[in-house]
Amino acid sequence: MGTEMLLKDEVQMLRRVPLFSNVEPGKLKLLAFTSDRVSYDAGEAIFHQGDTGDAAYVVLAGKADILVDSSTGPIKIAEVETNSIVGEIAILCDVSRTATVQTTTAVEALRIRKDHFLKLLTDFPEITIEIMRVLADRLSHTTSELSEARSRAARKAPEQPA
Amino acid sequence: MEKRLARYIWTHTRGQQLWILLVVAVSMIPYFLSFDLPKQIVNGPIQGQGFDQPGATQTFMNISFDLPWLGTVTLFDGIELTRMQTLFALSMVFLVLVIINGLFKFYINTYKGRLGERLLRRIRFELVDRILRFPPSQFKRMKGAEVSSMVKDEVEPLGGFTGDAFVQPALLGGQALTALFFIFMQNVWLGLIAAVMVGVQALIIPRMRRRLLVLGRERQITARELAGRVSEIVDGIGTIHAYDTSNYERADIASRLGRIFKIRYDLYQWKFLVKFINNFLAQLTPFLFYCIGGYLALQGRLDIGQLIAVISAYKDLPGPLKDLIDWDQTRQDVQVKYVQVVEQFSVDRTIDPAIQAIAIKDAGSLKHPLAAVSLSLADDSGAKLLERVSVQIHPGETVAIVGGAAGGGDMLAEAFARLTWPESGKVTAGGDDLLELPESVTGRAISYVSSDAYFFYGSLRDNLLYGLKHAPLKDAVYQGSGATHRKWQIHEAKLAGNPDYDVNSDWIDYEAANATEAGDLFAPILSVLDTVQLSKDILDLALRSTVSPSDHAGLAEGLVEMRHALRDELEEAGLSSLVVSFEPGAYNTEATVGENLLFGTATGPAFIGKAIGKNAYFRSVVGRTGLDRIMFDMGYSIAENAVELFADLPPDHPFFQQLTFMTADDIPEYQLLLQKLKGKSFDGASEDDRGAIIRLSFRYIEPRHRFGLLTDELMAKIVDVRRQFHDGMPDNMRGDIERYDPEHYLASASLMDNILFGRISHKHSDGSKRIRSIVSSLLNSLGLLERVIDIGLDFNLGAGGKRLTAVQRQKLNLARALVRRSDYYIFNRPLPGLDHRLQDEIVRDVLKLVRRDGRDPAVIWVLSNTALSSLFDRVLVFDRGMLVEDGTHATLVENNGIFKELVSS
Repeated sequence: MGTEMLLKDEVQMLRRVPLFSNVEPGKLKLLAFTSDRVSYDAGEAIFHQGDTGDAAYVVLAGKADILVDSSTGPIKIAEVETNSIVGEIAILCDVSRTATVQTTTAVEALRIRKDHFLKLLTDFPEITIEIMRVLADRLSHTTSELSEARSRAARKAPEQPA
Repeated sequence: MEKRLARYIWTHTRGQQLWILLVVAVSMIPYFLSFDLPKQIVNGPIQGQGFDQPGATQTFMNISFDLPWLGTVTLFDGIELTRMQTLFALSMVFLVLVIINGLFKFYINTYKGRLGERLLRRIRFELVDRILRFPPSQFKRMKGAEVSSMVKDEVEPLGGFTGDAFVQPALLGGQALTALFFIFMQNVWLGLIAAVMVGVQALIIPRMRRRLLVLGRERQITARELAGRVSEIVDGIGTIHAYDTSNYERADIASRLGRIFKIRYDLYQWKFLVKFINNFLAQLTPFLFYCIGGYLALQGRLDIGQLIAVISAYKDLPGPLKDLIDWDQTRQDVQVKYVQVVEQFSVDRTIDPAIQAIAIKDAGSLKHPLAAVSLSLADDSGAKLLERVSVQIHPGETVAIVGGAAGGGDMLAEAFARLTWPESGKVTAGGDDLLELPESVTGRAISYVSSDAYFFYGSLRDNLLYGLKHAPLKDAVYQGSGATHRKWQIHEAKLAGNPDYDVNSDWIDYEAANATEAGDLFAPILSVLDTVQLSKDILDLALRSTVSPSDHAGLAEGLVEMRHALRDELEEAGLSSLVVSFEPGAYNTEATVGENLLFGTATGPAFIGKAIGKNAYFRSVVGRTGLDRIMFDMGYSIAENAVELFADLPPDHPFFQQLTFMTADDIPEYQLLLQKLKGKSFDGASEDDRGAIIRLSFRYIEPRHRFGLLTDELMAKIVDVRRQFHDGMPDNMRGDIERYDPEHYLASASLMDNILFGRISHKHSDGSKRIRSIVSSLLNSLGLLERVIDIGLDFNLGAGGKRLTAVQRQKLNLARALVRRSDYYIFNRPLPGLDHRLQDEIVRDVLKLVRRDGRDPAVIWVLSNTALSSLFDRVLVFDRGMLVEDGTHATLVENNGIFKELVSS
């Protein structure tokens, strides 16, 4: 069965994920084994905004959009690239999903359950640091976008009646 | 209840007691005749008295009486018999007397036993009947197990005593008096001595027994308390584990047992002391006879013949006397027990039996307003929970009650449900005091639900329909021996003062549930279950259960048909990869290697569990095809992988959940096994080691474990071995495995497995959820939903409904009330365990449901979520036991009062 992806292939793919690049292969194999392998067709939601977060996903192949609900319908705020992790905020902060992730192509992913993920962070500091780096990166990105949005709003404000 | 046991027994069994006394008296005639007969046989035919000449004869069976005025009346002249003939004739008479005595004994004992059992039945029923009529406050002070031990154990000895209550003293007293009379006849002085000694015994022994009675009472109470404590441990086991107090409980039980031991030991000591003294007094009399009588005889003042006659007459006195004293002991013992129980069951303000009288006819709807009139409620300590509240709820009105935790609104709801009785003031329904209306009116017109749900042991259906069982509406039909038995039941029930309602009748009031008979009950039930959002849970229960197709005719065929429909449905939705079906000629990648090989469920001893590894036929097939070697290599790789992955992890690591074919404890064992087998092939491994390794490959699922061990070739081989295994199977093993067959129902698999007939793919993260919703809608469209839900309703709830979750219990509790047609629905915070969103949905749906079919009942809802009060016609606001605001939602919001605070907080 050639189409089926095997544990050793997954380890190879996980090594390409920046988050896990420093983790030794034996541990990656364990991670792969204890995670569920899931596939999605294009246009399927991996999870919905407002769901309770029970797992994080490592996208091994394919692409997805990150969408946020608004009064005018869903707004795309970012894209999930291959070899990146998604859905980790909800399990780190114990909040419900802050956004919807919807695939744009067929997606192969590893689903890491919440308790496994947290265990992973305590067992492997290198992963924790990498997660922090990803989060900090996103924060600085968000901050710059926010300041941009504010300055745009400030320019618009005088036109409005007091 | 009657305080004195003797009177209670006399009142209820007077006729029978007199009858049995008469029978006992009559039985004395053959009894005494049989005493005299041996002497006659020995003296007459054996020793030859009256047969002095050879060929002499005697008259046998001459029956004649010398009666005053009438002279001699001869009934039977008798016949002349020789010595030998007389011997046989007398022996035959002896035999006949033995049989007659035996029959009398048999009759008397059976009669007494029946008498006792009937009285026991009566008393037990009376006690339970009283429990059903206790005022609600009584139950705050009672422990269920203590009450049940009273009803079951403590009254038990009463049954045994009943038969002897009057017969025994009459009989024994008669015997004792006769013996005493004989002594008097021989010698008045010695008679007086004997009478005085009997008097002393009768005076001292009962006095000494007073302490026995005290101890007996203590024993009874401590044993009852022990029963109460044991049931507390069972009920509170969660709390005990949570707080690590099991040893405190052990200490408590041990100390109680110690006390019970001490009481019982004291009781023994005292009992045998009394016995000793009793025996001593009994033996003192002959001592006096010998000593004083002997002295008098030697002095010549007493005839020696008289003395011997007295002493021989005396030997008949102690026996009955001892039995009489023992009887008295039992009497007192039973009396104490009886009084103990009766005291516990004598409660003020029990409900009048007329209020609970059975009513077959529906009393009609309650058209009057329900009102509290200057109503005050207090708790056990006297603290006021509700103070002089007057409010009227009109028919058809929907009323929300809101307020803080101790507001008192919930107490008002309890008072409307008759669960709390007024301290002062009253609750009325159209001018009548609610407490004086029959329960057949209030218990049907008013449906009350609180969060405090109780469920009876039985199926979900029994509990759901419980609120409809007011009276036996449709008699059960009996035929042949069943009818005879039913007649006997009615007759016996009457004799024991029990009601003769038949539990096997149909008690369900279908009309009250919006149906006409059992057949059309499903639709209203389903709408109720949907309203409380319980139908999905019940469907899941059903889909997980395994049923015998013979119990549900037609269902199996329907579900097999549904397999195809499901396949089409999935294909249409583009989800065909969601389920991988079992196909006789193909390997199912989502199933284990073992499942693929057996292609069936092991149901008999030949294949079940570990037996398959030892089954000679299975091994021969696997060995012949060489699959055992392949599976050995496969298992070896699995073991290697597992050891590599998990060897470093601590045994409690959560990752072990993922290791489906081993436990954390197995890892070191397999580590050793791998070292041992290193470099050895299949042939070099021992039998046990082979088994341990091959076992691993049985549980392997490629898409899940992803070790890359299955090739297309191997899969084809497994399918081929499967075919050989099934084709060549000896007939005696065919019954031990149920083969997967796309066209047949699998009795050993759950409903869900039968519908899927395959495995849900591991690839889809929410696969089982999606399948469930598809299956549910498909069941509906194929008309199978009713039958499947019906199976779910068979689910046994366990003790107190504990097999359901707390949320499911609350939903079922609400459903149980909604099934009934009522004029007033009182919901007293029925759903505290549910989140706000769910509460909101259910409250809205319930308000809609109760108004179905143009009905217009009143709804009184004590809300925990104040925001929902806008759904009601009227809002009552309670604060510290007082009704502080009353009006529509809109006016209360404008008022700026407490309500506004509650809403905003």
